[in-house]
Amino acid sequence: MKLFKEFEDKLPENILEEVKANLPDKCSESRTRKILEAVYKEYKSSVADPGENVGLVGAESIGEPGTQMTLNTFHFAGVSEMNVTTGLPRLIEILDARKTIKTEITEIFLKKPYNEGKDIKEIAESLKETLFRSFLKEISINIASLQMTIELDEQKIKNAKLTPIKITKILEKSVKSFKFQLEKDKPIINVKSSSKDIALNEIYKLKESIKDIFVTGIKGIKQVLPVKRGSEFMIVTAGTNLKEILKLDFIDTCRTTSNNLYEIEKLFGIEAVRQAIMNEVMKVLDAQGIDIDMRHIMLVSDTMCMSGRLLGINRYGIVKEKPSVLARASFETPIKHIINASLRGEVDSLNSVIENVMLNQPIPVGTGLPGLVTKVK
Amino acid sequence: MSLEENQIVSKKIKSIVFGIMGPKFIKNMASAKVVTPELYDKEGYPVDGGLMDVRLGVIDPGLKCKTCGSKLKECPGHFGYIELARPVIHIKFVKLILDFLRCTCRDCGRILIPQNKITNYVDQLKEVGEEQGLEEQRHKVKEIMASLKTINQCPHCKAKQQLIKVEKPTTYLEDEKRISPVEIRTRLERIQDDDLELFGIDSKHVRPEWLILTVMPIPPVTMRPSITLESGERSEDDLTHKLGDIVRINQRLFENINAGAPEIIIEDLWDLLQYHVTTFFDNEVSQLPPARHRSGQPLKTITSRIKSKEGRIRHNLAGKRTNFSARTVISPDPKLNINEVGVPMIIAMKLTVPERITDWNIAYLKKFIENGAKKYPGANYIIRPDGKRKKITDETREQLLEEIQPGFIVERHLIDGDISLFNRQPSLHRMSMMCHRVRVLPGLTLRLNPAVCTPYNADFDGDEMNLHIPQTEEARAEAECLMEVQTQLISPRFGLSIIGCNQDAISGNYLLTKEMELSKQEAVDLLSAVGVTDFTKLPNKKVLSGKEIFSVLLPDNFNFRGISKSVPEDHPDNKVVIENGKLISGIMDKSNLGSGSGLLLRNIHKKYGRDEMVEIIGRIYRLGIEVLLKKGFTAKMSDTDLTKEAEEQIQEVIVEAHKSVSKIIQQYKDGNLEVIPGRTMTETLELRILERLNKARNDTGEIVAERSNQKTDTMAMVRSGARGNLINLAQMSACVGQQALRGSRINKGYTGRTLSCFKKNDLGPEAHGFIENGFKKGLKPYEMFFMAMTGRDSMMDTALRTPKSGYLYRRLANALQDLKVEYDFTVRDAAGKIIQFLYGEDGIDVSKSEAGKINIKNIIREIK
Repeated sequence: MKLFKEFEDKLPENILEEVKANLPDKCSESRTRKILEAVYKEYKSSVADPGENVGLVGAESIGEPGTQMTLNTFHFAGVSEMNVTTGLPRLIEILDARKTIKTEITEIFLKKPYNEGKDIKEIAESLKETLFRSFLKEISINIASLQMTIELDEQKIKNAKLTPIKITKILEKSVKSFKFQLEKDKPIINVKSSSKDIALNEIYKLKESIKDIFVTGIKGIKQVLPVKRGSEFMIVTAGTNLKEILKLDFIDTCRTTSNNLYEIEKLFGIEAVRQAIMNEVMKVLDAQGIDIDMRHIMLVSDTMCMSGRLLGINRYGIVKEKPSVLARASFETPIKHIINASLRGEVDSLNSVIENVMLNQPIPVGTGLPGLVTKVK
Repeated sequence: MSLEENQIVSKKIKSIVFGIMGPKFIKNMASAKVVTPELYDKEGYPVDGGLMDVRLGVIDPGLKCKTCGSKLKECPGHFGYIELARPVIHIKFVKLILDFLRCTCRDCGRILIPQNKITNYVDQLKEVGEEQGLEEQRHKVKEIMASLKTINQCPHCKAKQQLIKVEKPTTYLEDEKRISPVEIRTRLERIQDDDLELFGIDSKHVRPEWLILTVMPIPPVTMRPSITLESGERSEDDLTHKLGDIVRINQRLFENINAGAPEIIIEDLWDLLQYHVTTFFDNEVSQLPPARHRSGQPLKTITSRIKSKEGRIRHNLAGKRTNFSARTVISPDPKLNINEVGVPMIIAMKLTVPERITDWNIAYLKKFIENGAKKYPGANYIIRPDGKRKKITDETREQLLEEIQPGFIVERHLIDGDISLFNRQPSLHRMSMMCHRVRVLPGLTLRLNPAVCTPYNADFDGDEMNLHIPQTEEARAEAECLMEVQTQLISPRFGLSIIGCNQDAISGNYLLTKEMELSKQEAVDLLSAVGVTDFTKLPNKKVLSGKEIFSVLLPDNFNFRGISKSVPEDHPDNKVVIENGKLISGIMDKSNLGSGSGLLLRNIHKKYGRDEMVEIIGRIYRLGIEVLLKKGFTAKMSDTDLTKEAEEQIQEVIVEAHKSVSKIIQQYKDGNLEVIPGRTMTETLELRILERLNKARNDTGEIVAERSNQKTDTMAMVRSGARGNLINLAQMSACVGQQALRGSRINKGYTGRTLSCFKKNDLGPEAHGFIENGFKKGLKPYEMFFMAMTGRDSMMDTALRTPKSGYLYRRLANALQDLKVEYDFTVRDAAGKIIQFLYGEDGIDVSKSEAGKINIKNIIREIK
């Protein structure tokens, strides 16, 4: 193992690990040394040269297969799967760092007894955002007495492990200007105004607004679907609310994530977003059967997260942060950039590629990078 | 211009400073004052003090610029100026002026922040600027501005402030009364330099009053050249028209003011002047009617010249044009090497390579001149050391021959082996432009080896490609070292070979290595057609197997182990074994030879290097084609024939599918269909039916795969992976299958039904796009209709996708173009900010790796 120490500075960790894993059981020291030296030689010859324009190569590698992707928004993954945005639209969504995405999804992994399928349906159902609407049977309004009677669906309340009393309490909490009274032994709530003089239309308004009162479950979870992936049961939900979900005790908090980058940024920080971008992009590409090396995606992800905030690849994100005026102007809204620059007296020191192309000068990348230093007599 | 000498870069632009021109600067910069809107006098000579004044530059051949004394194309043009009779607001600064007016005192001109807090704010701004960059600072400025809007008493002189509004586009109102630009200007003049910082403005470059124009620069004539029409009439540029308007109104305003005209008339003229100046800068201001030509089309003024794809920045500055290039239709020629391009004679005689005459090559170059421009290989021009170009014609040839000596440059025709760049749009990745060696051929098309179709994404259905000839030694060296086809064999996208065999080359080698046996005579014929001259590797037998023939192309000490995906696993040929350059078992198919997947090729590249690999690919490719030429290869109609039993079987499968679908429908109607969790009953039904019908299609496919004649050429094509797949075959001979639109069955059409030939609410397979016939048998009318629906849907998909992905690509490229590996192996952007400490966390360049990795197992295996 001393040998490996020796090479620690020379070879990256993952390569050393791989060598270790693949070494035959009985391997003499001299052979190991030879192997390590050969690997080192190979590694040296495979390293990206200084000046290599890795950014553009990455952009090409992601941009070129974009033409081969399907636009079909909904990918049909199988009978028992959620509809997810995939393909080009999803890729654009990720790289744009959109705040609102088309289909928000949380993949909930469960802890031990539950991931084998125990009570999976009940658990799933309990997560779902349930509004008062779904417990209703009928609402009737008595115009003369300015009263409203709500008939509840007992079966559904039972399924949700609630009681009419609890529901009445929830209603009381969220609607202050009305009084709710539960009839004895009957799932009927009488609603009366707490003040005497109210207009009829207020009751009508209440009739509509009461339906959207949040009763149970987790806010934002629109749909739940228990799924079996491999040998494991898990829950996929449409809509996300990771903050609340992670508070639940039967959830494997290490693996549960959503596909909303902003949520991840807020909850876990920028490093998590970096990984999430890579995972999400990889997911899209794998579904399309497109082979792109991880390094390219990593580079894009790193660029998007470099400033410490999540920036999209558009004129409000990365491009805005560029130091060069001309580089910004050459992308979009050139007039705005030029005018702002002139007010500030900005100096473009021609460090990047596009300005030098504009001025017919060698670009500071690749073979244009090295200069010659010599003494002039 | 002679080539090398004048191209030495003597000066380099180090940086560009952006700023605003003040009146003094404009006057100093200007070389002429424009006073009259007239352009030319009666003789057609530019008027002094007019917009086409010769002091502003020349655009007519023969005239000399009065400022710099140079002629057309040498004079860069010079600015002029006009003195505006009354100040005018610059449209692009309207918002900023409003900020100034609102946030400074109307009396003392100080910013509306108490003296003791100013330094506080300044510090804040500086901090934000240093930590988060200019853009954030700008944001902060906006916040400060917003907080000042409501203050209505000056903290410095206690003067009361009024509400100031802007009435678009260029009128300012204070307390509902208009403030004239003169008044605004005096207020802006009062603002102190020290306060400017809080507006996010650099006092070194900008004074607030400069935002109101009193003097206007007139752009040089060279940036608004007039065109002479065929009729001899002159047609002026849009900018000249606009400037003419400005000068004319300005003169009128002067005259009226001097004559003491009533205030109303002056106001009107002033507004008109404001309109013209505004539209001169931007003719697309939303509140103003755009200034138009007489024909009605809007003028293209400064803003529209700069912006958008056709604007100066993206069209002319970021995009360049080139000479010494050619474009025609392409066609395939497998006899060419992979790194060659076949150039038609006509093109070879038009495109030239400059070659400098030295003592050593003078005799060689003389031959080109002797041939002249019309005989190949000749030369078109001679460039003398002083930069004069001389055309070689029959008349001048003799004289030039005597004249030439070392130091002259000859532009000779293309000859075999010259370096060229070959390109096909869209140039989506770096392999879209590669360096090829010229091969001059008869014919009128550019020719390339079909193996390089993959990187260019080219086919021969009328595609055109471009050819460029680099003109300098540096360009040629770079093209040769960095761009030649050999250097681009491994795609930087996934680290595998992108150039490989395709189509005929794969099926040819497949058939050869699978079953063919040839006599020695035939084998030698075949190999010599491929270009092999050394037959010692052929075993001395009368009858040779295809594998033995294929082995001749492999290097002697080559060892390889792989699998043929085309062969079932228990078959001995499933494992490709090459020992000492001999193919012992295994069949060559797409997984070994193909582009992208070709592992055999990847290994050859690894072991023998790129030059050898190019050679070998070329030979293997030609071998495949020669084999097919010799053997004959046709995808026949009869290849899709099935036996009677097979057809019955297929019929059975389809009938079965129909039955179970109607069972599902019955269950649905009865309401006892088991619902998939999270879905409605109807959705479940659709999914179930779709599932069942897809199964039926797959079953028929399997029957076709098993039961159809395995010996046909179509089957060879499918099995080898050269073209087509089993689904295609099944669709032809058995059943096309379910047509899906947006992931579900076809449901569009009339109410309750897809087409009028079905009953309403028919849920059956055929009413929703299940096509049970094969292409050979023919589709029923409604089936054909469903097929057309999905066909159109996929057309739309492609048409919508291209611009979307194009924009994504542009944004990506723009965001990442400056990232490069530095000398310390960190990845940094143009500002020097570190993006990654080591590229891709291990520093490996994908195009130098094997699928992004170093093949450690291989190294361990080789070192014993």
